[in-house]
Amino acid sequence: MGTIWFCLVAIMITVYVLLDGFDLGAGAIHLLVAKTDAERRQVLASVGPVWDGNEVWLIAGGGTLYFAFPALYAGGFSGFYLPLMIVLWLLILRGTSIEFRNHIISRVWDPFWDFLFCVSSLLLAIFFGAALANVVRGVPLDASGYFFEPLWTDFRLGEQTGILDWYTILVSVLALLVLVMHGALWVRMKTTGPVNKRSAKLAANSWWGVLILTAAVTAITFGIQPQVKENFITWPWGFVFPLLAVAGIAGVRFELVKRDERKAFFASCAYLTGMLTSVVFGLYPLVLPARNPVYSLTVANAKAADYGLKVGAVWWTIGILLATGYFTYVYRSFGGKVVVAKDQTYH
Amino acid sequence: MEPALDVHRLHFAFTVTFHYIFPQLTMGLALLLVYLKTKALRTNNEHYNRAARFWGRIFGINFAVGVVTGIPLEFQFGTNWAAFSRAAGGVIGQTLAMEGVFSFFLESSFLGLFLFGEKKLGRIGHWWSAFLVWLGSWLSGYFIVATNAWMQYPTGHRVDSHGQIELASFWALLLNKWVLWQYAHTMLGAMQTGCFVMAAVGAFYLLTKRHESYGRTFVKGGVLVGAVAAILQLFPTGDAQGKLIADNQPVTLAAMEGLFETQRGAPLVILGQPDVQKRRLDNPLQIPSMLSFLTYQQWTANVRGLDAFPQDQWPDMIALLYYSYHVMVGLGTIFIAVMVLAALMLWLRKLYDSRVMLWALMLCVPLPYIANTAGWMTAELGRQPWLIYGLMRTAHGVSPRVGAGNAWFTLIGFMGLYTVLGILWLFLVYREIEDGPEPDDSLHSEPAIAVAAD
Repeated sequence: MGTIWFCLVAIMITVYVLLDGFDLGAGAIHLLVAKTDAERRQVLASVGPVWDGNEVWLIAGGGTLYFAFPALYAGGFSGFYLPLMIVLWLLILRGTSIEFRNHIISRVWDPFWDFLFCVSSLLLAIFFGAALANVVRGVPLDASGYFFEPLWTDFRLGEQTGILDWYTILVSVLALLVLVMHGALWVRMKTTGPVNKRSAKLAANSWWGVLILTAAVTAITFGIQPQVKENFITWPWGFVFPLLAVAGIAGVRFELVKRDERKAFFASCAYLTGMLTSVVFGLYPLVLPARNPVYSLTVANAKAADYGLKVGAVWWTIGILLATGYFTYVYRSFGGKVVVAKDQTYH
Repeated sequence: MEPALDVHRLHFAFTVTFHYIFPQLTMGLALLLVYLKTKALRTNNEHYNRAARFWGRIFGINFAVGVVTGIPLEFQFGTNWAAFSRAAGGVIGQTLAMEGVFSFFLESSFLGLFLFGEKKLGRIGHWWSAFLVWLGSWLSGYFIVATNAWMQYPTGHRVDSHGQIELASFWALLLNKWVLWQYAHTMLGAMQTGCFVMAAVGAFYLLTKRHESYGRTFVKGGVLVGAVAAILQLFPTGDAQGKLIADNQPVTLAAMEGLFETQRGAPLVILGQPDVQKRRLDNPLQIPSMLSFLTYQQWTANVRGLDAFPQDQWPDMIALLYYSYHVMVGLGTIFIAVMVLAALMLWLRKLYDSRVMLWALMLCVPLPYIANTAGWMTAELGRQPWLIYGLMRTAHGVSPRVGAGNAWFTLIGFMGLYTVLGILWLFLVYREIEDGPEPDDSLHSEPAIAVAAD
């Protein structure tokens, strides 16, 4: 039962990253690809009706993690106290900047929210990257099942780690580049004109960074988290996950050249899915590795009692099927390129 | 008491209180939007569609702030209340996860369609989007209240040998006898906020002689629904909640009522200031024997006072609990008076011309917010010193590794951020009210923002 929930939570996180990933990426490139008011409204309109639903995957995923692995939720969330709170503030700033921007047309109103939207999206991508890297690297859990990490210590991978060290920063940069690419491919698919062209160029440029850093981070990770190597040796079929990532990244390049905008975006989705599933596969059965392996939280010692997990499996399946239905309907309704009115005149 | 504990309590109290300003209006307005869309469908009058669009814009601003201030609450269970989450996550995580899976997906998907897809969906489709937004927001309320109800009256669980609290019966958790009354009471409170806000905006338009046709629609809708909600708030839902507390949290009842001594024919306190140290009520204004009658339907029934319980079982903020409860009940009584009187005048066709009554409706607008907040404070302070009633004390639920320094840091951050957010929200909502709905004689009426096309 624990393993099933491990997979279900992993699926929810992956869907969250695919969906909110493109609107975070769109935010991160907002100021770069869109210069005029009409162009910026193009970018915003491409995520406007869906960003909130995308973020629900984070909330629903958090809730699912909570009831399936209470010890992980308690230990992990209180240990990552400061970065999580900062993430919450960034989510608040980002959500309000999308929703408030178009209510007033003024030279001081919308540029402010555009800036905030861009900066908060950028920082969120970085923090999410750091969070994932912390989980892979392991945290200073002790026998109590708790830990507390400051934002940084000495930037080394010792016993008392901070949220930021050289490894987690490297992964943060990769995360930012990946979401820039993912977001740029989304914006390209949804827009026309100069925004479309600038996004295509940005996606092509960031692709090289993604490629190089993916290779580097993968190599380093095998050294840092021994469980990863062990899992791939024990179950060689697990190589399908990294292969999916490789196919995805190759596909992005191929489709960028061939100029099929939809396929390029979906190739990027495949890359992200491949990367995340590789990490999850590499960590199993750990859910939160400790720097001292004795204290690691695993599927077995962090999961809730079986009765709750069984009941949960029933309603979760029903709920997610319904949600998939809504999402299909919403994305169809807002399918195609966005159209916005011309530049508005300032008063 | 450890200082860190106090900061964590204040942290949650502040963020949840600020958050609840927004969902109480969205849940109330969602119902009124369905009312307006139904009217539009049945009368075939575009007036109601424009009215719904106007309230949809206010709903959208309010919903956005509600969403972004709601996410921190779920996270705080893990960040600030880790020991509680670790012990009880298997139970309350169920309802919290169900909220995400069943209500938030529904609500967020169809709100996007409601706000941006009116042209595409057509008349019937747009009605459905309003209906599903209402359903999503009310389901969400149910799961949250079910979570709270379990903390007030834990049921359907079992404690294992390690002290872990496990789920033992899914339906006992979901259909807890406490949740049914608490949910009805909470939703009626949200309806009153929605109704008072709608009626107040209507009164404002009538008094300033602008958008008068809309003013009449808003006052009528707000008053009709609001009068029913105000009465049901007191009876049967408020009354039933009181009896549940008397039966299951008798010490809470004593503290709420300011009853220090056990007595037959206990009085109902209307006004007075509790002095917890001297264990008495100063300057009391009371109705003799009324509390005994309301609680047990007998004028001479024995009601246990605080003296009947050991002091370590008492709620730790008795005076604040007492005031919260009295503010809630006092305001609830005023709401019945105002709404019933307004409904009567509406029936006699005198309401739209009565400046006094319109002024009263307009000035009442902050009161339901205060009453809803006071109601939740009564529930939460009344549960103390327990986090899960009878199972886990609040002092034992806090995160062991998050010190006061870090908790203050984030609390101050939230205070600053929410101050700015609150000002912006007021400013934007006021602008929408100033701009008003599209005039009734306008030739095309289209949704204000059209973003997508095929």
